[in-house]
Amino acid sequence: MDLKRGSSSHSAYHLRSNLPEGEERRTLSVLVDNEAGVLARVIGLFSGRGYNIESLTVTETDHTGHLSRITVVTTGTPMVLEQIKAQLDRMIPIHRVRDLTSEGPSVQRELALVKVANTGEHRVESLRLKDAFRAQVVDATLESFVFELTGAPDKIDAFVDLMRPLGLVDVSRTGVAAISRGPEGM
Amino acid sequence: MSDTMTGAEIVIKALIDQGVEVVFGYPGGAVLPIYDELFKQNSIKHVLVRHEQGATHAAEGYARSTGKPGVVLVTSGPGATNAVTGLQDALMDSIPMICLTGQVPTFMIGNDAFQEADTIGITRPCTKHNWLVKDTDELAETMHEAFFVATHGRPGPVLVDIPKDVQFADGNYTPPRNVKPRAYNPRVKAEASSIQAAVELMEAAKKPLFYTGGGVINSGPQASQLLRDLVDATGFPVTSTLMGLGAYPASGDKWLGMLGMHGSYEANWAMHDCDVMICVGARFDDRITGRLDAFAPNSKKIHIDIDPSSINKNVRADVPIVGDVAHVLEDMIRIFRSRGAKTDQAGVADWWKIIAEWQAKKCFNFKNSDTLIKPQYAVQRLAAAMQNHGDYYVTTEVGQHQMWAAQYIPFNAPNRWMTSGGLGTMGYGVPAAVGVQMAHPDSLVVDVAGEASFLMTMQEMSTAVQYRLPIKIFILNNERLGMVRQWQELLHGERYSSSYSEALPDFVKLAEAFGCVGLRCDKPGDLDGAIDEMIKVDQPVIFDCLVEKHENCFPMIPSGKAHNDMLLGDADEEEISNAIKSDGAVMV
Repeated sequence: MDLKRGSSSHSAYHLRSNLPEGEERRTLSVLVDNEAGVLARVIGLFSGRGYNIESLTVTETDHTGHLSRITVVTTGTPMVLEQIKAQLDRMIPIHRVRDLTSEGPSVQRELALVKVANTGEHRVESLRLKDAFRAQVVDATLESFVFELTGAPDKIDAFVDLMRPLGLVDVSRTGVAAISRGPEGM
Repeated sequence: MSDTMTGAEIVIKALIDQGVEVVFGYPGGAVLPIYDELFKQNSIKHVLVRHEQGATHAAEGYARSTGKPGVVLVTSGPGATNAVTGLQDALMDSIPMICLTGQVPTFMIGNDAFQEADTIGITRPCTKHNWLVKDTDELAETMHEAFFVATHGRPGPVLVDIPKDVQFADGNYTPPRNVKPRAYNPRVKAEASSIQAAVELMEAAKKPLFYTGGGVINSGPQASQLLRDLVDATGFPVTSTLMGLGAYPASGDKWLGMLGMHGSYEANWAMHDCDVMICVGARFDDRITGRLDAFAPNSKKIHIDIDPSSINKNVRADVPIVGDVAHVLEDMIRIFRSRGAKTDQAGVADWWKIIAEWQAKKCFNFKNSDTLIKPQYAVQRLAAAMQNHGDYYVTTEVGQHQMWAAQYIPFNAPNRWMTSGGLGTMGYGVPAAVGVQMAHPDSLVVDVAGEASFLMTMQEMSTAVQYRLPIKIFILNNERLGMVRQWQELLHGERYSSSYSEALPDFVKLAEAFGCVGLRCDKPGDLDGAIDEMIKVDQPVIFDCLVEKHENCFPMIPSGKAHNDMLLGDADEEEISNAIKSDGAVMV
């Protein structure tokens, strides 16, 4: 086994916490009209004004109401983060912008599909780790697995990191979906 | 109630129902059905420009001088891409504009058809919003929505892209009642508590200052009146950005002149030293603030803006007030009066004494000449002649002449001054003058120009001739790209890289070739007579005013410097070269 001890300590989890001084990470939930080009508008705003996107997910959440929900994880100084929210809020097809990080507790989840190709001891170890992370096997051959894993981004980072020496082939991640805790809606 | 008609008919009907009187445009394959409908009616005038960029600036001039949205109609592909500069210009200066573009038919979109461009993709970042209409039944509603978005909240340009098959197909027309985007509801009325907090700051201020901007003009003539009322009620001094000139009259006794990079000495020092700044419809642009960490360091800042994203963008506001200027000023005056109209009169009187010392510097003085026309002198004489004439509208190009126009021409009413502030678009002035003159056919409309800017859009003289628009192009001809040359002199060791036009047309002959009047003047003594002649002629005029070639525009806050580091015209060369260090040179 060529597994580094405590490998998750040098994983992306560590990198994620390591923001430049004065910068913060925020998860924003954005309710938009589900119309052509709306995602391009949002992405164009971020790239045009030099804002960061760490994660972005979007899909229709209300078919009859023609509404989509965008979850974007971004970083910046408090002043820039306020700008991002104000710039999003004034776009015509955007209904609401919520800062899930600063407006109370929220739940964040990401789904990942992780493919490993291995045999022998590596195969056994990857299955043990799968159980430890409560991942599922969604595809198997004699020399590969596809694991499905749900969790906070750092949990997925840690799992992917552990799979790397065990024959990691591919990772597909959905990006973060997030929602506020408690009875209130957006 | 709805009627069935073709898409092209719907476009025209929607324009009429929205009160549109003038459209600036240029036909082409993908808008021919709309032009066919224009041909069949008489209520909308169409102005055929000579380049689509001209249509956009003409619409801006029209909008800026009337308060109504400007309308542009151009074809697909190059028609749309040529309109991009004007769209971005209108976005930066918050000008309401509706740009209608033709598009290849829906079934050809994405196939690299003739004159196809991804207009929506290209114009997404340079419009407030844009729409591609794929179904004729949605056209009327989209048109009305476009007018709503362009004119509500912070105004701006919008674009509706209409494929040719959508123009031909039949669809339902719906009138403009209650059509607005479901998620867009800009706030016009501000919270009383924030206005009260602002009034409390104003009551205690010892060194207050109003810093006003284009938002006052955009809010409508009532906002300008309310600003005057509030200035009168408080006795506080007032300065303005380039875009806000005319909201408070230049003849008013509380006026300190324009502020910013080439603003007045007194306005910039007052900004630096004030203790309460009341920003009304301005956005703390880098031309205004200079070095941010030295910007008005001892002041509490009240910021009134209809666009929440303008607040706390560059400068943190102590009292942010989100709302329309007219609504906010009305409430502010009411609250101020209801609390007894109190100010620190002794403190403010001392403040005025300090300001009087700055005013005594006479920062706009310049060394005049008996033999050469100084550009400042030319603008002064133009201003005097225009004032003798009565009401006047001024457009400009971009550069030194623009700053001299802002410094030396007094504006006593809003909507009289049309200039490209945010984007700084050379070539803005000629087409903008066309748009202004269309809206005000009997008024004096002068484009204060430089010869280089004029050459960028001079083909619109042909438009002016065709529609008998007696615009006056007053060119301060120094045969240089004056502002570029000034920066090269001050920042780049006098290496005049490509800032000199080695070939220029004979502007008098050019005027004659266009079928308008050309005048030339190169002697200070002849200037007044020549300007009077220009104003008297009831035709478009190109006035070639040959001026001193190496004059610099002062006062100037060197880039990267603070307000109290500003240079006056009488600064010696060593002082100038020491003032501008390489760390400032990286700024524009």
